[in-house]
Amino acid sequence: MSSLSQRPTNPIVGESIPHEAASLHVTGKALYTDDLVIRTKDVLHAWPVQSTHAHARVTAVRLDEALAVPGVVRVLTADDVPGVNDAGVKHDEPLFPSEVMFHGHAICWVLADTLDAARVAAGKVEVDYEPLPAIMTVTEAIAAESFQGARPHMERGDVTAGFAEAAHVFSGEFEFKGQEHFYLETHAALAQVDENGQIFIQSSTQHPSETQEIVAHVLGLASHEVTVQCLRMGGGFGGKEMQPHGFAAIAALGSILTGRPVRLRLNRTLDMTMSGKRHGFHSEWKVGFDDDGHLLALEATITSDAGWSLDLSEPVLARAVCHIENAYWIPNVCVDGRIARTNKTSQTAFRGFGGPQGMLVIEDILGRCAPLLGIDPAALRARNLYGPGQTTPYGQEVTQWDRLGRAWQQACNQAGFAERQQEIEKFNAAHDHTKRAIAATPVKFGISFNLTAFNQGGALVLVYKDGSVLINHGGTEMGQGLHTKMLQVAATALGVPLSTVRLAPTRTDKVPNTSATAASSGADLNGGAVKNACEQIIERLRPVAAQHFGVNPADVRFDHGVVSAIGSTAEPLPWAELTKRAYFQRVQLSAAGYYRTEGLHWDSSTMTGSPFKYFANGVAVCEVEVDGFTGAYQTRRVDIVHDVGDSLSPLVDIGQIEGGFVQGAGWMTLEELVWDESDGPRRGRLATQAASTYKLPSFSEMPQEFHVSLLEQAHEEGAVYGSKAVGEPPLMLAFAVREALRQAAAAFGPAGASVDLALPATPEAVYWALEAARSGEADGNVRRDSAAVEPERIPGGHPMRPESERVAAAEQPQPAGSRP
Amino acid sequence: MRATVNGSTASLDEVTAHTNALDWLRDQGLTGAKEGCAEGECGACSVLVARPDADGSTTWTAINACLIPALSLEEQTVITAEGLGEPGDLHPVQQEMAVRGGSQCGYCTPGFVCSMAAEYYRKDRVPASDAGSEADEHGAHECGPNGFDLHALSGNLCRCTGYRPIRDAAYALGIPEDTDELVQQHSQPAPAPAHTDVTVAGARYVRPQSLAEAIDLLASDDQAQLVAGSTDWGVAANLMMSRATTLVAIDRLAELRDLTEDETGFTIGAALTLSEIERRLAGRIPLLDKLFPQFASRLIRNGGTFGGNLGTGSPIGDSPPALLALEASLLLAGPDGERSVPLAEYFTGYRQSVREKAEIIKAVVIPKPLAAHTAFHKIAKRRFDDISSVAVGLAIDLSDGVVSRARIGLGGVAATPLRATAAEAVLEGRPWTAGTVREAAAALADAGTPMSDHRASSAYRTAMLRTALHKFYVETTSVQEVSA
Repeated sequence: MSSLSQRPTNPIVGESIPHEAASLHVTGKALYTDDLVIRTKDVLHAWPVQSTHAHARVTAVRLDEALAVPGVVRVLTADDVPGVNDAGVKHDEPLFPSEVMFHGHAICWVLADTLDAARVAAGKVEVDYEPLPAIMTVTEAIAAESFQGARPHMERGDVTAGFAEAAHVFSGEFEFKGQEHFYLETHAALAQVDENGQIFIQSSTQHPSETQEIVAHVLGLASHEVTVQCLRMGGGFGGKEMQPHGFAAIAALGSILTGRPVRLRLNRTLDMTMSGKRHGFHSEWKVGFDDDGHLLALEATITSDAGWSLDLSEPVLARAVCHIENAYWIPNVCVDGRIARTNKTSQTAFRGFGGPQGMLVIEDILGRCAPLLGIDPAALRARNLYGPGQTTPYGQEVTQWDRLGRAWQQACNQAGFAERQQEIEKFNAAHDHTKRAIAATPVKFGISFNLTAFNQGGALVLVYKDGSVLINHGGTEMGQGLHTKMLQVAATALGVPLSTVRLAPTRTDKVPNTSATAASSGADLNGGAVKNACEQIIERLRPVAAQHFGVNPADVRFDHGVVSAIGSTAEPLPWAELTKRAYFQRVQLSAAGYYRTEGLHWDSSTMTGSPFKYFANGVAVCEVEVDGFTGAYQTRRVDIVHDVGDSLSPLVDIGQIEGGFVQGAGWMTLEELVWDESDGPRRGRLATQAASTYKLPSFSEMPQEFHVSLLEQAHEEGAVYGSKAVGEPPLMLAFAVREALRQAAAAFGPAGASVDLALPATPEAVYWALEAARSGEADGNVRRDSAAVEPERIPGGHPMRPESERVAAAEQPQPAGSRP
Repeated sequence: MRATVNGSTASLDEVTAHTNALDWLRDQGLTGAKEGCAEGECGACSVLVARPDADGSTTWTAINACLIPALSLEEQTVITAEGLGEPGDLHPVQQEMAVRGGSQCGYCTPGFVCSMAAEYYRKDRVPASDAGSEADEHGAHECGPNGFDLHALSGNLCRCTGYRPIRDAAYALGIPEDTDELVQQHSQPAPAPAHTDVTVAGARYVRPQSLAEAIDLLASDDQAQLVAGSTDWGVAANLMMSRATTLVAIDRLAELRDLTEDETGFTIGAALTLSEIERRLAGRIPLLDKLFPQFASRLIRNGGTFGGNLGTGSPIGDSPPALLALEASLLLAGPDGERSVPLAEYFTGYRQSVREKAEIIKAVVIPKPLAAHTAFHKIAKRRFDDISSVAVGLAIDLSDGVVSRARIGLGGVAATPLRATAAEAVLEGRPWTAGTVREAAAALADAGTPMSDHRASSAYRTAMLRTALHKFYVETTSVQEVSA
């Protein structure tokens, strides 16, 4: 066991405790960025003037009428920028654009004494436009060759040979839209020049260091003149990794120019029309299977819909390419990736970060091809799972291949998959207008930032004379329970009770040069750094204690605030007594901790290497019921087995798994971004820009039964206290919902037909899918490319495959590597 | 001018007519309630208000603070999450939410806590005698073993937890102690409405004392805007910056708050909230009982009224299709007295009706006998708290297997709600068989002029009209079918 992963006896990590701020949350006492406005004097409120064109040159902006509105203090424009007029890191996002690139793009910002005055005045700013052609869809972008950024190419083996060898070759297309983050707390920043002359910004940001850098470059300041604090966020999900910077910069600029605090908070409509979302993707694919349904070759071109600027689109695409095979061994792979530039919001990070978009390609393929192969979809998935010694298409060995199989088995056992599959067949035979289906899908998700440099974390741990401990770290709290875990890590590493440790809000003047709290890496990186800082302090305290006990420093034990020594009969020392003694002996009681993830390497030019520290694994089993009259459906039951390593905090981890699943299910089934793609005057406008039109899962979408277990025997050697990252991977467990809906829709028609199900699978989409199945219409979007014969079928019935084998295959994956 | 918030007095002086209760509470430093959407969809702003029960006693009611004008709270009693408990002294609802992982980011949590508290204090909540039973007699509600109706949380969105721990928290709640301060207030009369009449920054908010006064106000002021639960007006004010020179609050007018039943039918006051109607009818009109759980959310139903839903005249309102199938008529009160208008003749165009500017919908009248077989089919993306793409109200009577009366109301398929008279004509006098249904379904599919928008395509809307009768037929003839 590595020292990083090893737990002491009686660790506080692993205890199931509520979120550290739970009692503040439930009493309304937890403060978020915009809650600070009422505590701040003379605040100005900012409101944007938004473009009414999807793409246009701004030829004139007239402010006179707006400035005449009572309460208006000033209007911020490009002329006001002392530094660089740019809100991003790629230098392609002017903060004040002269050419608007999407409908809703902010042109300038009004500052006023009241929010009302700022809103009214923003409506009075006159803008002249010279409209330019706008590209609204990926298909249009492909036709116009409107691409931006890198075009990664990943290749392993020989796909041509693979297809030649394949008994079955299919090809098709698949396109889907993105997803709105819909964090309940919209973007917010509050900036002021503080008593020390520095600009101090409270920001709802997942990446305070980058917010700091962008604000500094906009203001023409050095980083040490700008401090960013994030108390907590009301949700982030990736939407606050890059997007907060420009809003913070506007508030900071306004504050410097007016000498007053400036508050910028987007309402829901502004947030939805201005901030980036999950990328939609288009894919063209060709796949080859052998006679037993083993994957032999995959060729695909995937194109992301990035919106108007690059933002994080390159790493998102890289992750999509690196996850296209999900949990399946495919010997021959050739994938090309492209980034479409369209006139939409600049799409950005969202839980999964391209991973889901890549994985959907293969899951959609398997769901559509299974009936054509005459193989039960669950069996097809199980038999293609990674086996021993196999590597991903980019060359990283899947060392924990066995966990995929174990998770699959544990989930199917827990769900009673085989028995329920039989019950469902009976139910469906007895019901003409209602059909059920059960599906299982796996997740294998790489943990670490693809860009190696980001895989570092920092912490500052302060122990006071009285023994109390204050920890700072570079990660931000957005609800994922990172702070809870960090408190547990610190208490474990110092051997003190949880109540001894307090956590200070994330600030750039405490821990510098931090990475975004993203890529599920928050606990790995910051936990490593907190642990490191605590261990430095412990190592300094050991000699102090050893002197007292008369033992070797290595024999001192720290356990829940009691310091003792092996082989000593002396009374144990209370922790606070030890820290007091240490102070008087002039022993330093604070430490800066640091952690870097070891063993990573990545070559983005060849798309090869081992970019991930490890993979998080999981399996979901989902049963749905579909109404044949309307396409409406309910999720009857979900069983999940997920690999979180040795959990740092089980209540937190189960919350992440359930929440991630439901958020993914929302994207799979009902969250629908609709842009105006017509040639009318509203071209480019987001039609679903409010909670009334963009529907998230509510209580009614919650699975009637929901069982989550953690994978057993899952110690992770390479991470803090044997744990694994958990933020993103569970989102992709929700693919099981869509696959179950696909199978339920298919159940309305004759067996053996491929079902093309739109994403999101809204009731309408499911209705069209089941109507197509009912009418026996073929999935026009998947083509059988080989001359291979149709598998034999039992007349009028199910694919010819003995029941026993189907059941066995579903329960017991056959590692792909075990075949010749 | 003042209100009581968490037991303390809070001033409403200088508050404008368009300031919503959420912004006002946050300006008082009570930042627990949050703005998540400003249109009554997410519930992050949910707070408790003391409202009158049918007998005038207090019932704790959760509402969306973002939708109601702050001035509507004059002399009223409000409790926010801060008022329920402290970090060191949590309220039972807060305790369950905290220890079960009911909060992650915590932003929606104060709103959930308030919605959950309202259900915790619901006077007629009783633990299920059969712990295994998850549905009440109408099958519309989803209750826990403690009698907690999950629909109480249908207007609260959480983006983090996936809801399971919140449900567990709700189902773990006991029955409040008699010594609980809020229980003790149950027996007290709810605060009476104040006769607010104030003009701030050029805009007037007035709560007239009588229906006659309300009609006078409408007659004398062209710009006057009626509000009851403000569930529609609040959205316009928040999102579209709509501003009225005069807001006339009619939600507490006694003349609009009666519910009576006699041998000819039911008369339902236009300013009763949907929740109040649901509670007072207690299943006496089965079609409405099917409508209520599908109508927006509990938070909205605690404010929204039939008067408002019909007054705005939206073609996608959920009550018109049901009320059309029930052959309802409206009692309109105006300067020249009262008149009755059949609902089928009420709508004249997109958000247009025969109601005159100074007329107020006083009541909805539902005649007897009620149809024997009814259904309300709402087609939407989401089962709770969504706007319908198509809504169909169905009511038929059978006599010896022959359809003796058929009434079908439709929403979402034209500029107004409408009656599917062609399909009704096909059905009436014909045997209730699959063949008749097929023919009538074809006629129903021709009804209206459905359009495509972000909610649904016109083809799907048409398909849903076509399948509605088939589904209804199966529902009325089959016992084995379990619908999704």
